[in-house]
Amino acid sequence: MVAHSLALPMICFTTLWGLVGIVAPIFVPKGPNRGVIITSLILTAVCCYLFWLIAILAQTNPLFGPQLKNETIWYLRYFWE
Amino acid sequence: MGSLFRSEEMCLVQVFLQSGSAYNCVSELGELGLIEFRDLNPNVNAFQRKFVNEVRRCEEMEKTFVFLEQEIKRSLSPAVTSFLHPPGPVPLAPQPRELLAIEEESERLARELREVCVCVCVCVHMRAKSVFVAGVIPPWKAPAFERLLWRACCGYIIVDFREMEETMELSDSGELVQWTVFLISFWGEQVGQKVKKICDCFHTHTFAYPESAEEREGIMHGLQRRIMDITTVLSQTERYLQQLLVRSVALLPKWRVQVLKCKAMQMVLNLCSPSVTDKCLIAEAWCPVQKLQLLQSALIEGTRKSGSGVNSFYNLLQPPCSPPTLFNTNSFTAGFQGIVDTYGVARYQEVNPAVYTIITFPFLFAIMFGDVGHGFLVTLAALWMVWKERDPTMRNSSSEIWKMLFGGRYVILLMGLFSIYTGAVYNECFSKGLSPFSSSWHLKPMIHHYNWSEDVLRMNRYLSLDPNVTGVFQGPYPFGIDPIWQLANNHLTFLNSYKMKMSVIIGVIHMTFGMCLSLFNYTHFGDMSSVFLVLLPEVVFMLSLFGYLVFMVLYKWIVFGPQHSDHAPSILIHFIDMFLFAQNKANPPLYSGQMIVQKVLVVLALSSVPVLLLGKPLYLYFRQRKGLRRTLVSVSACGEQCPPVSDTSSINAQLGDQERNGLGEEKRFDIAEALVHQVIHTIEFCLGCISNTASYLRLWALSLAHTQLSEVLWVMMLRFSLSLEGFMGSVVIALIFSIFAMLTVSVLLIMEGLSAFLHALRLHW
Repeated sequence: MVAHSLALPMICFTTLWGLVGIVAPIFVPKGPNRGVIITSLILTAVCCYLFWLIAILAQTNPLFGPQLKNETIWYLRYFWE
Repeated sequence: MGSLFRSEEMCLVQVFLQSGSAYNCVSELGELGLIEFRDLNPNVNAFQRKFVNEVRRCEEMEKTFVFLEQEIKRSLSPAVTSFLHPPGPVPLAPQPRELLAIEEESERLARELREVCVCVCVCVHMRAKSVFVAGVIPPWKAPAFERLLWRACCGYIIVDFREMEETMELSDSGELVQWTVFLISFWGEQVGQKVKKICDCFHTHTFAYPESAEEREGIMHGLQRRIMDITTVLSQTERYLQQLLVRSVALLPKWRVQVLKCKAMQMVLNLCSPSVTDKCLIAEAWCPVQKLQLLQSALIEGTRKSGSGVNSFYNLLQPPCSPPTLFNTNSFTAGFQGIVDTYGVARYQEVNPAVYTIITFPFLFAIMFGDVGHGFLVTLAALWMVWKERDPTMRNSSSEIWKMLFGGRYVILLMGLFSIYTGAVYNECFSKGLSPFSSSWHLKPMIHHYNWSEDVLRMNRYLSLDPNVTGVFQGPYPFGIDPIWQLANNHLTFLNSYKMKMSVIIGVIHMTFGMCLSLFNYTHFGDMSSVFLVLLPEVVFMLSLFGYLVFMVLYKWIVFGPQHSDHAPSILIHFIDMFLFAQNKANPPLYSGQMIVQKVLVVLALSSVPVLLLGKPLYLYFRQRKGLRRTLVSVSACGEQCPPVSDTSSINAQLGDQERNGLGEEKRFDIAEALVHQVIHTIEFCLGCISNTASYLRLWALSLAHTQLSEVLWVMMLRFSLSLEGFMGSVVIALIFSIFAMLTVSVLLIMEGLSAFLHALRLHW
């Protein structure tokens, strides 16, 4: 029975999208499209991070649980644990 | 940031084209595609312009080309389907001599084709049905007879004259004359009557029916020989026709491009005005500042090609009105720029939303389309189009739909990539969930806590997991939605709540971002008053109402857990009560002091409305009263940037322009107009705030539709077929899979994709 923490994924993904959005723009080569590429990288990082963040926050404190069919419960009892 | 963030800097140039080299200079400029010419003769009728004859010539040639093309389509065998594009490099505009040659050649081809067609028609007709009239005529009457026949029935008869061997007696004079025998073959009733009348007129002796069998046979032989002759002529004519058409096919595409270029150039030359001395043409054009060097070299090249000694040159002018907007796009950004331009082209030097659309548009599409499997297929399709980018058959297809798809290949590629990501977060792959990590929900603690024996399980069809029991819920799933929800019955209850809140959060952030873009515009144009009087009230209104909603959503997610599940507050009721200044006792507060905070926020929002409504007009009124004259009229007040024309050397600075600018400087600031404008803007903004926020809920709606559709497809088709056994089962699976794949592509990918594209577009507008 593995417990998932909130902190570990938070740190991982924040670093990941932080790398994409803050560090990668530094390494974009100079050229006519530099501005467009930097904007795109920052926007991608922001959008994807936000989307993942919403998903994980929505599940942190569930107010109700899943309602399972008895067959599913039988199946899960043996195969997932 | 480069040329995509704002329009390129444009300047107005006045180009002096020497008469001899005008054509070549315009050709060079046309090849480069640098500049936009202004019409210097707006009052002149199209038929009175200087080069109208040349334009007419080009149009005549185009008509000939159309005729040739029709003939090719009709008669060429084997039929050529797509021949519209010249192989090899695109030809340049033709010199006057070349143009003449093209004109002559095309007209000759057309003429010959027409004749040949008539000939073919005639031969075919003749072979089909002909009637003959034979007779004799005195030889001196023959030419007149022939002429009259030709004039009367030309095209419908064929006459044959032959000298007789022996002489016969003329009835009236008794002389011995060598008669001429004629054989007329014709078809058609009216023609027959005409022929008979003419024959009577000339007093010929006609033989309608041959009397004896030999004569009849002779005529039959003659007929057959005739038919053979006609058939040979027909086949020869057809061969000649094919030759002509093949020649046309080879030459036509090149000619078409050349004549098009020539016509375009003549129309551009029509826009120029002749100088006083008539030795050169003067043109005015908009040119990007960065490309002025290129303009100069193009003019020099044109002069060199025409062999003229005198150079054409240009000089800069003050623009009398706002220059046109130019964005330098490459093949990647052009698709996005096109999408943004359908709503409206940005004004000169305004921030270009297309830069941000490159990412936000595919992202919003992906929220509505999220599925790993479908996203993967879309990405593959887009990659194929990008890989085959340079293939001419892809580029030059005639189908409009394909052209649109191909033009948007990078848009589709990004949409596919983002869809894979959002599909991973939604945990959907062809409607099935993936479990890269183990689920957060555990059954054993639940079973132990509630003592679920086999009987309990057998008697109750549905049992819920309770997160309040320790050990049942162990931390949030690290990436995306937990896979157990796919197996749950109340899957949609959870998902709907999640997706609706997600839509509102993303919507509010997107709208606030859009509003903040106007900050860039105001600072660029130096309009600081608008920042405080327009932008600030807008942001305050938006954030105090909808920003607070987002805050409530996030707060509830973080603070309220399973232990509060029976008395969790309802955000919706809180939000409604906030506006009504009411309080529902049954709805517990989110945090202490909530009522006071909400009251303050509502008052703040409501007070920002009059500031938005009256601030700008009053400010402008007081400023004008103080007598401060600004050369820059505010962008939001009258919508156009008009620096004064101090240098009136522009030929096109007509009376209208000058009057407009003169009035602009002294124009009395019309408070009524500014007020009306601001009222409309305020109402539009406030109502738009609410309706657009609600409109973002379509993100939720479409994503729900997509998941349900793919689930239906899976359940109805594959799940049923996978449970079949045996050999027949495998055959049935193969069949059903093909239907499944076809429906997936057509319904899910194409229909859903188009629908999501459309809605993402609407949200961007």
